[in-house]
Amino acid sequence: MQLFPCPFCGPRSESEFHFGGEAGNRRPEGFRAVTDGEWAAYLHERDNRRGPASEIWMHMTCGEVFRMERDTVHHGAVRSFALIEGGGDDGLAH
Amino acid sequence: MTAWRTDGGTAIDRGRPLAFTFDGRRIEGFSGDTVASALLAGGVSILGRSFKYHRPRGLWGAGVEEPNALVDIAGGMPNTRATQVPAEDGLAVRSVNAAPSAEKDRHAFLDAFSRFIPAAFYYKTFMFPDWHRFEPRIRAMAGLGTLDENVKAPAFAEQVNHHCDVLVVGAGPAGLLAARKAVRAGRRVVLSDDGRQAGGSLLFRAATVEGKPGAEWAADVAAELTRAGALVLAGTTAFGIYDHRLVGLNEKGEGGAPDRLWRVRAQSIVLATGAIERPLPFGNNDLPGVMSAEAALVYLRRFGVAAGRKVVVATNNGLAYETAEALAAAGADVTVVDHRADVAAPAGLRVLRGTSIVSAGGRNAVSSVRLSDGQVLEADAVLASGGFTPTVHLYCQAQGRLDWRDDILAFVPGRAVAGVEVAGAAAGDFGLPAELADGTGRSLGIVAAWPKPRARQRVWIDLQNDVTAKDVELAVRENFVSVEHLKRYTTLGMATDQGKTSNVNGLALVAELTGRRIPEVGTTTYRPPFTPVPFAAFAGARSGTRMNPLRRLPLEGEHRAAGAVFRDYGGWLRPAFYGAGAPDERIQAEAAAARAGVALFDGSPLGKIEVIGPDAAPFLDFIYYNTMSTLALGRCRYGFILTEAGIVYDDGVLVRLDEDRFVVSCSSSHVAGVHALLEEWRQDRFDRRRVFIHNATAEMATLTVTGPKSRALMEAVGFGAALDDAALPHMAVTAGVFEGVPVRIARVSFTGERSYEISVPADHAGALWARLGHAGAAFGATLLGLEALMILRAEKGYVVIGKDTDGTSRPMDFGLAAPLARKTVEFVGRRSLVTEDASRLDRRQFVGLEAVDGKGVLPTGAHGIERGEGGLRSTGYVTSSYFSPALQKPIALGLIERGLSRMGDVIELQHLRELRHARIVAPCAFDPEGGRLHA
Repeated sequence: MQLFPCPFCGPRSESEFHFGGEAGNRRPEGFRAVTDGEWAAYLHERDNRRGPASEIWMHMTCGEVFRMERDTVHHGAVRSFALIEGGGDDGLAH
Repeated sequence: MTAWRTDGGTAIDRGRPLAFTFDGRRIEGFSGDTVASALLAGGVSILGRSFKYHRPRGLWGAGVEEPNALVDIAGGMPNTRATQVPAEDGLAVRSVNAAPSAEKDRHAFLDAFSRFIPAAFYYKTFMFPDWHRFEPRIRAMAGLGTLDENVKAPAFAEQVNHHCDVLVVGAGPAGLLAARKAVRAGRRVVLSDDGRQAGGSLLFRAATVEGKPGAEWAADVAAELTRAGALVLAGTTAFGIYDHRLVGLNEKGEGGAPDRLWRVRAQSIVLATGAIERPLPFGNNDLPGVMSAEAALVYLRRFGVAAGRKVVVATNNGLAYETAEALAAAGADVTVVDHRADVAAPAGLRVLRGTSIVSAGGRNAVSSVRLSDGQVLEADAVLASGGFTPTVHLYCQAQGRLDWRDDILAFVPGRAVAGVEVAGAAAGDFGLPAELADGTGRSLGIVAAWPKPRARQRVWIDLQNDVTAKDVELAVRENFVSVEHLKRYTTLGMATDQGKTSNVNGLALVAELTGRRIPEVGTTTYRPPFTPVPFAAFAGARSGTRMNPLRRLPLEGEHRAAGAVFRDYGGWLRPAFYGAGAPDERIQAEAAAARAGVALFDGSPLGKIEVIGPDAAPFLDFIYYNTMSTLALGRCRYGFILTEAGIVYDDGVLVRLDEDRFVVSCSSSHVAGVHALLEEWRQDRFDRRRVFIHNATAEMATLTVTGPKSRALMEAVGFGAALDDAALPHMAVTAGVFEGVPVRIARVSFTGERSYEISVPADHAGALWARLGHAGAAFGATLLGLEALMILRAEKGYVVIGKDTDGTSRPMDFGLAAPLARKTVEFVGRRSLVTEDASRLDRRQFVGLEAVDGKGVLPTGAHGIERGEGGLRSTGYVTSSYFSPALQKPIALGLIERGLSRMGDVIELQHLRELRHARIVAPCAFDPEGGRLHA
């Protein structure tokens, strides 16, 4: 059981969180212009990176959606960012 | 073995004798004894039969490391180590893998055939036709204890979550010292030990610590810790270390009570878990009477039991001398057989140096040993020490890596793990911690005594799994040289014991056979749990509805009073139908009554998620497949919510209460999912200061009045609102009042009849239900359960998401292509609707199915079939199927390939080899013009 830092609630048990995908998977906008390939990449292609990862999580108990830096090897949860406080500035979520 | 009670023993209270039974035989002991110590004192030398060969087995250890003496406790736990079960009056103990008893086991003959059943024999032999046909009998012969299915736990196992600054595992000298330091530094400390008393090795090894006898020092430190507010957990095994310094501990229940599970989250962890003595490799080293030298010291000093009268202490190190001296002092005739040639012998002790045991003799217990120099010694107990293996399980679970130390012939913790410190014998420091040592401690001075290949007799490596040196040699010959493969092939280090005593000897033999060093062979992966933990402890109170609680209606009591039969619908406990009698008849009658007059339905679980704010309308345009911003105030619109893959995720009605206020009425079982979906898009894509989401599902009950007489009943109750069709037409909403409380009334129908959904604060639902019932009497109002509602909606062809849709369903498959064509803005899943897959012509489409073969209701799940060259092919399936009371014939809905363009075609359907025929028709079978919605 890991401890994740919710930007709103502080460290909480992993079971309270829901995985929202890799950060930076930007949603291709303009449905007329987006190619099949771009859309398929957005829907299905994931880096599934070994080691440091940047991910979107939702804290189900308070509803906060945020970005977390986490290591997929040693499970260190480095830090998290609220989306409204710049966490979303680098094209993080959808 | 002729063990005997001395007049010592610090753990037992001779003033409190007790008695229990072992395989039906009465055994006497004292309060403070373990089952093992009492059996040893009672002269029971065979405590069980070995796993595979049914060899007689006695005690090897005195604690958690015991591989042989597994016992079943009647009414309690199977496969418990006798060394860790406190002896209690009246306990009924049974040996495992033995029938009728450990002493007289009817499968003992198997040992005579041992040369024919080496490692992996079963898998090589019982392959034809199928291993599973042989498995049950083999499992019965080679196995462990039996589970008594009639035992009912007296209570749920408790589970405790706890936080601390420092968790110290192990209350030996190193653990006590670490805990004392932390407490004195003001830290919040938890100290755990699997023993009932703090002290570890100080309880049986002679030591003076800070001027006091070791055991007294330990008791004083434990008392100081408790006084300072530390939590000291006795009889508690830390079995696993998990992410972010979470440690799982199992506290043994006393007196038949269930165990208690602790989840301790610590800032830092000190592992002072000690070390476990290794056996020496000699022929027949599994005979009863061959015991760990340290265990013999425990039995002597703690329980006042001397292991034998004519004792051979065999060792490759200096620590076993304390056992030899103590037994000699107690009056036993002791000979030390020391592998080492150049050691000084203590005065008064017979020591044979530079020699070792080649084999032990004896039938059901050891009676002699043959030495490497040819001597034969008589012995009724052989106390062996092959060195010590630090207990590094928890360190390794925490991603630690081991280093090999040649000076102590052991793996020790290597690289540092953040937040985890290893202390004392677990770190390879076998004496007292330096700060406590007074210089009188014994030195290890160990020499190698590893198992050698090609021994003439059987040398046991793993006592619990009956793995001999020959089995390891066979595995290596067959090229299982990776330590993980070796474990799986030979079972070395498996089962409840996980190789606590056996692993290092096994690794050393593989190293020898493959010309590698022991650290090159490496160890197998350490995984939790360190010792078996009862499933009941993990489960705790979480079983049945406590594991997955049912959601309950505010009006459950009212429904029960009305004779409702409840079923689970998407996690909600809801009335399926009302009243006694044949369910099908009740359900048909309820559906018919709703169409004839007026019926009351409890729709409280219906989603009521409010979306509020200046950006609410564009937000909902993005969420829904349909355009929602054009919805007029006070009106409702039906729509789909899709996933980004363009699949229908939910459907329902959106209500617009105001310019900037909407209510999303999603499916009852989808409320949590839709709520999370709305929150995620709101925070990720919209200005969260301009859209707010509030899930009001639980705070509002929704009661539905449906049927041709519904308006009359509504007007009879009043609600202080205009309810005529001009003021409140179909798909409109209005605000009303009931007993001074605001209610929301929506003209939304899931039955095809004129309907009113009244949403009322949950604490007023009872009063409203009573009033509707009372006023309804004049109109012959009936109650409508969910089963009848399902028929009514199916007659109308209304979709139930997840039943009439699947993971491939797109909105156009339901004939709803127009909203996409008209909508100009982006929405969730839009791009997925213009893909090749979405525009395939052979998509499965939502249609009605009318049975034309006179064989009654179509089976739900029946497949449409098409006969081709390759045989039968499914063209879709029946999703809903009922007998329609309104039409007095079977009706069905389904997803059928090209269905929308095949209206009128008769297709073949098949279910469990039964062939049916049905005509493809429109989904709506009843009142297709919808006149009744306004009637």
